[in-house]
Amino acid sequence: METKIAQLAGLIEDRLGFSIESVLGIGAEAVLLKGFLSGQEVVVKYRLKKNYRNEDLDRILRYERTVLEAKLLSKATLTGVSVPSVVLVYPEEGILVTSFIRGERLKEYMGTAQPENLKKIFQTIGREVGALHEANIVHGDLTTSNVILTQAGEPVIIDFGLGFFSNRDEDAGVDIHLFRRAIESTHPSLLDTAFNSFVKGYREARGKEKTTQILRKVKEIRMRGRYVRERKRSTSPDKPH
Amino acid sequence: MAIVLGIESTAHTFGVGIASHTGNILSNVNHTYVPKSGGIKPTEAAEHHSKVAPEILAEALKRAGLRMRDVDAVAVALGPGMGPCLRVGATLARYLALKYGKPLVPVNHSVAHLEIARLTTGLSDPVFVYVAGGNTIITTFNEGRYRVFGETLDIPLGNCLDTFAREVGLGFPGVPKVEELASRGKRYIALPYTVKGQDVSYSGILTQALQLYRSGKHSLEDICYSLVETAYSMLVEVAERALAHTGKSQLVLTGGVARSKILVEKLRRMIEDRGGVFSFVPAEYAGDNGAMIAYTGALAFVHGVTIPVEKSHIQPYWRMDEVEIPWRQK
Repeated sequence: METKIAQLAGLIEDRLGFSIESVLGIGAEAVLLKGFLSGQEVVVKYRLKKNYRNEDLDRILRYERTVLEAKLLSKATLTGVSVPSVVLVYPEEGILVTSFIRGERLKEYMGTAQPENLKKIFQTIGREVGALHEANIVHGDLTTSNVILTQAGEPVIIDFGLGFFSNRDEDAGVDIHLFRRAIESTHPSLLDTAFNSFVKGYREARGKEKTTQILRKVKEIRMRGRYVRERKRSTSPDKPH
Repeated sequence: MAIVLGIESTAHTFGVGIASHTGNILSNVNHTYVPKSGGIKPTEAAEHHSKVAPEILAEALKRAGLRMRDVDAVAVALGPGMGPCLRVGATLARYLALKYGKPLVPVNHSVAHLEIARLTTGLSDPVFVYVAGGNTIITTFNEGRYRVFGETLDIPLGNCLDTFAREVGLGFPGVPKVEELASRGKRYIALPYTVKGQDVSYSGILTQALQLYRSGKHSLEDICYSLVETAYSMLVEVAERALAHTGKSQLVLTGGVARSKILVEKLRRMIEDRGGVFSFVPAEYAGDNGAMIAYTGALAFVHGVTIPVEKSHIQPYWRMDEVEIPWRQK
């Protein structure tokens, strides 16, 4: 991995005139590097080639995801949602450069947070996600790792790497379903507080009627999962023979 | 030391195993129902289970060199699975518990796939890729339970490949046959690659692969190659996401599809690139089996998990994340 990053660093330092300050993270899909481009503090996201998959499939996925992510971020910015702004796109190499957001990941913050602060944060996230959905932007990977809290305490949604454009309630519903499950699986005890506040904010952005409609969808999606007890509520549990 | 007899009958396999809570597998005897045509018909599978049950039970005891009075408890997979099939195992377990005065231990079939994998691979706290005919789940232990990080939003991977194999006339079980053809495929044909967050979807890819086959424009080898390549890559990607999200470094493949050579190879490559340890459950414990129920039942039993016979309802929709895991540290 280190040699890979060194090669990559060479590539973008030479071609883009980027100077690297640190490796921010090695995610499942990409390496994130922090540094400076034309004096601006930026993040370089480099989608790694994956040895486990077919080369054609790999190339298609990396190219398309890079282009799409740039489009999603641009549209979100135009909509007024605070997300990192696009600085440069280089899809052939799977490279996307965005502005750097200084702060702490929500995932880490949740362990230490006061309930009142959490409510406010999740309400804001709900409002932002609502605004994204109003603009037909589906994030695709809403987790507590993908929200940065700025020093002012404002949540910024990052990593639109699995996002896409859609106006279907189904897709908005999956977005919320995934976020709910991400909270449930990493911070089970905070689920109700966090999710209720999220819904409150979402309602502010999308209105009562639409929100009810989407939440119905969220429930439907959860039921569709395999082995969900509520799904079989109509039949009584089997009695022993 | 607790010795537990475990009964598996959730789907097409009827099995009885005997194991200790320390991980000693004393016997593991299984028999799988193979439909003459089409998919599993639950009532026919159940009929099969009733027929083979007495023989399988006797054989499991014989191989372990034990009699019913030597076991400390009877464990049974109460779910998830097909109602008629589950009922056969549950009925036998209740009968044995009552006749021999043994405690009855409820076991979640999915949890058993995870525990037998932890035992046989020696990896203590992995992210699991659990893939079988009826399940496609990425899971890991957190705060007292196995939490589902990702799963299929529609059909399971095993089901997708089995159905494809059946529809194109390759027969059952489909996975090895599709893989064999895939290994001879050369050209990649793009198929719907559907990863939503940490979840996957396999219904679109199945439909599209069948359409490609029916169009007659592509060789079956190329279609199998593209199908396997796309379907497995989706799963590997989600597994990698789960590792990144949880910060864990161990990865384990379990369930019937753990016998897949191509999936094993892909997961191994991913772990090699990312750094970490990968292992998979041995073939004998990959598919549904009695030993995994016995072993998981033994773990549960020594931690005080039992169920009165009159409350031992089968649970066809019993999710793994509903089960408390008292034998692991929170």
